[in-house]
Amino acid sequence: MRYIDDTVVMKRMKSRLKVNKFWKAIFFIATSLALLALVILLIRILSQGMSYLNWDFFNNFGSRFAEKAGIKAALIGSIYLMLVIAPVSMILGVGTAIYLEEYAKRNKFTDFIQMNISNLAGVPSIVFGLLGLTIFARMLFLGKSILAAGLTMSLLILPVIIVAAQEAIRAVPKEQREASYGMGATKWQTITRVVLPAAIPGILTGSILALSRAVGETAPLVVLGIPVILQFLPDSLLSEFTTLPLQIYDWAKRPQEEFQFVAAAGIIVLMGLLVVMNSIAIFIRNKFQKRY
Amino acid sequence: MSSQGIEKKQSVQELIAQSRNKKGKKIIEKLMPLILIITAFISVLTTIGIIFTLIFETFEFFQRVSITDYLFGTEWLPFSGSEPLYGVLPLILGTLKVSVIAACVAVPLGIAAAVYLSEYASDKTRRIIKPILEVLAGVPTIVYGFFALTFVTPLLQQLIPSLKIFNALSPGIVVGIMILPMIASLSEDAMSSVPNSIREGALAIGATKLEVALKVVLPAALSGIISSVVLAVSRAIGETMIVSLAGGATPNFEFNVTGSIQTMTAYIVQVSSGDAGYGTTIYYSIYAVGFTLFIFTLSMNLLAQYISKRFREEY
Repeated sequence: MRYIDDTVVMKRMKSRLKVNKFWKAIFFIATSLALLALVILLIRILSQGMSYLNWDFFNNFGSRFAEKAGIKAALIGSIYLMLVIAPVSMILGVGTAIYLEEYAKRNKFTDFIQMNISNLAGVPSIVFGLLGLTIFARMLFLGKSILAAGLTMSLLILPVIIVAAQEAIRAVPKEQREASYGMGATKWQTITRVVLPAAIPGILTGSILALSRAVGETAPLVVLGIPVILQFLPDSLLSEFTTLPLQIYDWAKRPQEEFQFVAAAGIIVLMGLLVVMNSIAIFIRNKFQKRY
Repeated sequence: MSSQGIEKKQSVQELIAQSRNKKGKKIIEKLMPLILIITAFISVLTTIGIIFTLIFETFEFFQRVSITDYLFGTEWLPFSGSEPLYGVLPLILGTLKVSVIAACVAVPLGIAAAVYLSEYASDKTRRIIKPILEVLAGVPTIVYGFFALTFVTPLLQQLIPSLKIFNALSPGIVVGIMILPMIASLSEDAMSSVPNSIREGALAIGATKLEVALKVVLPAALSGIISSVVLAVSRAIGETMIVSLAGGATPNFEFNVTGSIQTMTAYIVQVSSGDAGYGTTIYYSIYAVGFTLFIFTLSMNLLAQYISKRFREEY
């Protein structure tokens, strides 16, 4: 006696396989839609902005006239801002990571710091702007300076750098530390001469990616009241400045259509800067990262 | 020979003695952990700074506007000179409209992309698609805002003629595109961590790949997927530049999505770029709104952590 009717099974199997194929196509289309969005976005911006991208655009300051508008002050301002963010956020981030990974014992205080870091990573950037406005701009009288903006942005990307540095430090095998202790090295010697050199590529990669997030960030700077159109270059850490995303924001808001093209040209410059930074990060990761 | 050996021994001993006596090194060994603790404490200080800043300035705001008016008022008219109204509900509704639309776009697409990447795609395809998703996640929000205003809105206006230039629909969709990679990659991580033996077990008793994905992998990875969605929606709530550029600046307490809105974040931007005088009620109102926003995102982040911890399936 047969319990299973082959023809029924085959028939059902066929329809189940058909359903499987159908859904596979749906999943594939969903994935492609995400990629399509990126392609459309890039094509749109390139086709709008390319014609405005010339030497004058890099050499002119902001202007009320679309033809004369340039990005010089914004580009220089963004680079100055990076020069503040990079050292501040890296010293704080790597220091915290070393403490958590090498010194801290697993106790409630450490858990608290760790939980605090992951929650800080989820705070909206505009709230960091409010923090910067009260603490740096008003209480420390830094106003709308590069320093105020740089410190605010450093705190914003600090959680990202801490996590990246922690992962890089954790990836250094324990044996290397023990070998170092075995040679008579002290803890700090081991950290500076064994752990950090091995972890530096990972730390740098994560930091550059975090920095590129800061370069594209707009909201905290708006809250700080960073001016948009400047006719001069910043000359010190305390002088006023403007950045690429702010300049793009101002152009995009303007009702005249020509300014949309100028904004698109600005976006190309910003995205170009980000591509360069990301390429450096990927290069460091592929070239120097060791796997144990 | 022998005298040389003795010399060497002595020199090693001397070296050890020397290094023990080096005062500088001892100080560094003691000092560095302290310095590092201070740097670690900066992150805690940042949180304390955020909370105290928001609480103090919000407290100042509530000296001038009553809490009940703020929490339950349905009209947000801070700029009407004679009788400003500070009812936060329109701003919250504007924020929720954008976030719900974003979730409607990003959740199905993101999870579908995650299923495809983790269950169907070959290693080679995955290695191509995942970096592209990372690029999508790295696009600055100002670029997305520009895209929403100059491309998505005109496109939607051709489909829906009644759509205003500033509306909730267009920024909602674009915020959805922005958070999509986050849902896709976090969900994919959760699904990939389901062990292969379970998949193979299901395949061996005759399940199709779809059945494996929907009835075995998805339930096992559900905690990770849900927490990724909650995190992404929290990101959508805090998103600023897309909604400021494409959402408009008219807070209203209506449920349609074709008209101009204002979100909590967009209000903060509007006031900040308009140079509200320090010490005015409007100035303090951005802290009250910021505090409200902070409570929303913080509770969602805590919820995501709770879900991923509490309901995680361990293998």
